[in-house]
Amino acid sequence: MPNPATITVHDNGHSFNLPTLAFQGLPSTLCKGCGHNSITSHLIEACKSLAVNPYKTIKMSGIGCSSKTPAYFLSASHGFNALHGRMPSVATGAMLANHKLLCIGISGDGDTANIGMGQFMHICRRNVPIVYIIENNGCYGLTKGQFSATADLHAHLRRPGGEENQVPPFDLCEQAITAGASFVARSFAGDKKQMIALLKAAIAHRGTAVLDVISPCVTFNDFEGSTKSWDWARAHESPLHELGFVPRLPEIEVEQTPGEPVRVQLHDGAWITLKALRHEEHNVSSRASALALLEESHENGEFVTGLLYLNTTTPNFTERLTLVDTPLALLSEDMLRPKPEVLEKIMQTL
Amino acid sequence: MSPALTPVQESPAEIQPAGFTPSVNDLAIKVGTVNGSGSQSANLAILRALYSMGIPCSGKNVFPSNIEGLPTWFHLRASAQGYVGHVLDPRILICMNEATARDDVLALRPGALCVYRDDFDLDPRTLRGDIQFFPVPFLKLVQEAYPPDKTDKLYRDRLRKVVNMVYVGVLASMCQIEMEAIEWGIRREFPGRKARAGEVNINAAAAGFRWAEASLPPERPYTVARIPGSWNKILIEGNKAAALGVLFGGASVLTWYPITPSSSLAEYAEDFLKHHRVDANGKCSFAIVQAEDELAAIGMAVGAGWAGARALTATSGPGTSLMAEFVGLAYFAEIPVVIIDVQRMGPSTGLPTRTSQGDVLKLHMLGHGDCRHLVLLPGSVEECYSFTIESLDLAQRFQTPVFMASDLDLGMNLWLTDPFRYPDRPLARGKVLTKEDLDRLGRFERYRDADGDGVCERTLPGTEHPLAAYFTRGTGHNEKSGYSERPDDWKRNLDRLARKLQTARPQLPAPVVDDNPHARVGLIAYGGTHYALVEARDLLAAEGIETSYCRVRALPLADAVFQFIERHERVYVVEQNRDAQLQTLLHAELCGTLANRLIPVNHYNGTPIAAENIVRPILAREQSPCTSGWPVAESAHEIDRAHPSCEPSTE
Repeated sequence: MPNPATITVHDNGHSFNLPTLAFQGLPSTLCKGCGHNSITSHLIEACKSLAVNPYKTIKMSGIGCSSKTPAYFLSASHGFNALHGRMPSVATGAMLANHKLLCIGISGDGDTANIGMGQFMHICRRNVPIVYIIENNGCYGLTKGQFSATADLHAHLRRPGGEENQVPPFDLCEQAITAGASFVARSFAGDKKQMIALLKAAIAHRGTAVLDVISPCVTFNDFEGSTKSWDWARAHESPLHELGFVPRLPEIEVEQTPGEPVRVQLHDGAWITLKALRHEEHNVSSRASALALLEESHENGEFVTGLLYLNTTTPNFTERLTLVDTPLALLSEDMLRPKPEVLEKIMQTL
Repeated sequence: MSPALTPVQESPAEIQPAGFTPSVNDLAIKVGTVNGSGSQSANLAILRALYSMGIPCSGKNVFPSNIEGLPTWFHLRASAQGYVGHVLDPRILICMNEATARDDVLALRPGALCVYRDDFDLDPRTLRGDIQFFPVPFLKLVQEAYPPDKTDKLYRDRLRKVVNMVYVGVLASMCQIEMEAIEWGIRREFPGRKARAGEVNINAAAAGFRWAEASLPPERPYTVARIPGSWNKILIEGNKAAALGVLFGGASVLTWYPITPSSSLAEYAEDFLKHHRVDANGKCSFAIVQAEDELAAIGMAVGAGWAGARALTATSGPGTSLMAEFVGLAYFAEIPVVIIDVQRMGPSTGLPTRTSQGDVLKLHMLGHGDCRHLVLLPGSVEECYSFTIESLDLAQRFQTPVFMASDLDLGMNLWLTDPFRYPDRPLARGKVLTKEDLDRLGRFERYRDADGDGVCERTLPGTEHPLAAYFTRGTGHNEKSGYSERPDDWKRNLDRLARKLQTARPQLPAPVVDDNPHARVGLIAYGGTHYALVEARDLLAAEGIETSYCRVRALPLADAVFQFIERHERVYVVEQNRDAQLQTLLHAELCGTLANRLIPVNHYNGTPIAAENIVRPILAREQSPCTSGWPVAESAHEIDRAHPSCEPSTE
């Protein structure tokens, strides 16, 4: 009988039980009804259901409402609440030090699309192994509702006589695809089923997996007409496909099911299945197709969700650097410091 | 802090330059060329030749922020006394660049020798009559040695480089540098596959030598002579030395963004690491990332340091400004990381190819809120090597950013030094708790000062233990690293960080003090100022002014520095910045009237400091002690004893 209060973690040839508490975190201090809280609970569900090893997981974030999230899940994991817009570089460094970790980065739209756009583009370009979740609410919550670079054109600030946003938003999925991320998806904090499937797939992926999640800000951006509101997202969400995730389990042989249009195997042996609902012509492994789909959705006023782009063959950053198998952080002195003869030999060349 | 900013002005007009007297093994040569014309091999061949003759020597490149076409100068010095600092007045000028010939000639001291290309439009002999001129048919000589080859498309380009070897030969004759030594020096510059090119260059030098032997007047006023005995030295730039520190300091993550003058440090390090830290399967025990900017460079280094790597980044002034926010975070979240700042002239882009010590104060306090950092100040290429290793260890031991503040003069110029010694201590790991430690202790609080030294224990991500995890944050935190805005948590933490700094202070490289029991005057300096200062002390002693010397090697300042000040009546603080940055720090910590003993001597025109830049202002002060700014004396008695004609200040 499995104990419901514990989860069995399999990692690197051994297994152990952890209390489910290890997958949870501190109580959220965000506003009630915040989309971010929904994302957190989906994340916990995904981690539990995959039985990820919290000890080998790191939670990274920048600054903002979203960036508080790492405190609310995986209490048995190390976390790092870094600088505004700079989580990508810190996460990159941590993965260089220990490429065997699972890195879950949580950012927001201001943290990514405004102050952090440069680092966001570069982590995508490098394809650093990270699950990069953008909790996208189109505004700055912690500093009381200012626009971010994903705010709707012509939106008004939520205050008397609030100014109008005069500049169009970035589409962060388009940016991620252009920059070179190998897994790009969009979802909605209220779509539990899709979110969990995407999160599981992103965790199994070993490259930059960007999840742009529309996450309504109940305090500053949840009004009629806002494309980041609960109502709008529910009314306009247009899922691309029915998304399935089949984990790699030793006892289950995954079988091809006829009639399913797309099945992709991820790095850890898990499969994702994509059963097209609309846009049958979309090829998930084509950047051009994904970009066209996103542009089309803007024109149609739709909010396309699901897995937009996936490339499981391009090497990730730590693979490109051809690091030794042992994490750099754990290398012994004889690996790190060449012998005295090496110094002597170099001295002779000078 | 209110530093008394009354720097002693350098006043070259006060002292009339005297002519030179003939000398042996006291040589200073200035070579004016065009950037990108390939004169480096020629200059280094001379330097190596002088070295092989057993004569202490140094070479400095004074170059523009430019790839090709602008004026550049190389200063060569050879000195039996071992003076290898910058020297203001060359005895011999080689003019290869007509654009600067006029200014270079006019700046010479009487008695100097000037070699120039006879195909200049300008006739330098019309400029002045108190120096000797030697027009040399460079083109004719080089074409004799390296005849035109129509089949070689690169001939003109090569000729432009080889022509520089002609002045090597001319100098060999002029200064009696042994031609065998020159040949050896050239061969060292053209090793392996370049050997054939080396022979062409040797021919060009020989052509210059033969011409000079036949055409120059017989007098040889400035010569060198072999110093017998054996010596084993290496010739290396500070940046290359620091790169060796990266290699032997066990660095595992190096992140950087190109910026002069630190780029070559990262490039040398990459070269060394790729040669010596790749296993038989081609796997690397290091990661090097050229980041998208300095923010990302330090961000990656901080992330890597947090996760357990020995991480560092290399940059220069503007880069450290961009890194400020991360440094504040790393200080407060207590993350080991090393930042090497090869200083150049600021503010802003300033003079990117000119040297400075202008970042020292900023580095010590970089960040926001209360920040104090460990800063190592290497004073030689050897220390660029050993302090890089030391920095990596200190960062691990004290879980904090550690700066190493080198400078362009040390970093990009070649210096003779003893071969480096292999580190005699194992790599420091600091207080890192493993799974087994956690089992044994049964507890872990990230910011609890268990040992009372301000240094807490940490765990690395990936440690498989239920107690291992903690949350790293730049926000207020308690001992368990939980979020806290409690005043007592905040203050306790800041006080502990101050305590940690005090723990570190005596464990930093100690000041090197040379006490002269007869000296009333003390000199304080740091970094590459050392060489000029050593020479300046001898020159001052020749004028009857005995001095003691304290070379500061780290911040925060050691007690020994304050004791040094207590032992001397007047202390000149010699720095290569305008604002007397080290003195500002001294002022902040000195008690009572001790601060009044300090007199700043500041050099900040972008050239490396020379002994004269130190001697002139100190002599002026010491020889006319009643000028304004003369320090307040401790007692009338002392004043009487030291300077009977002076009235004590009433300040």
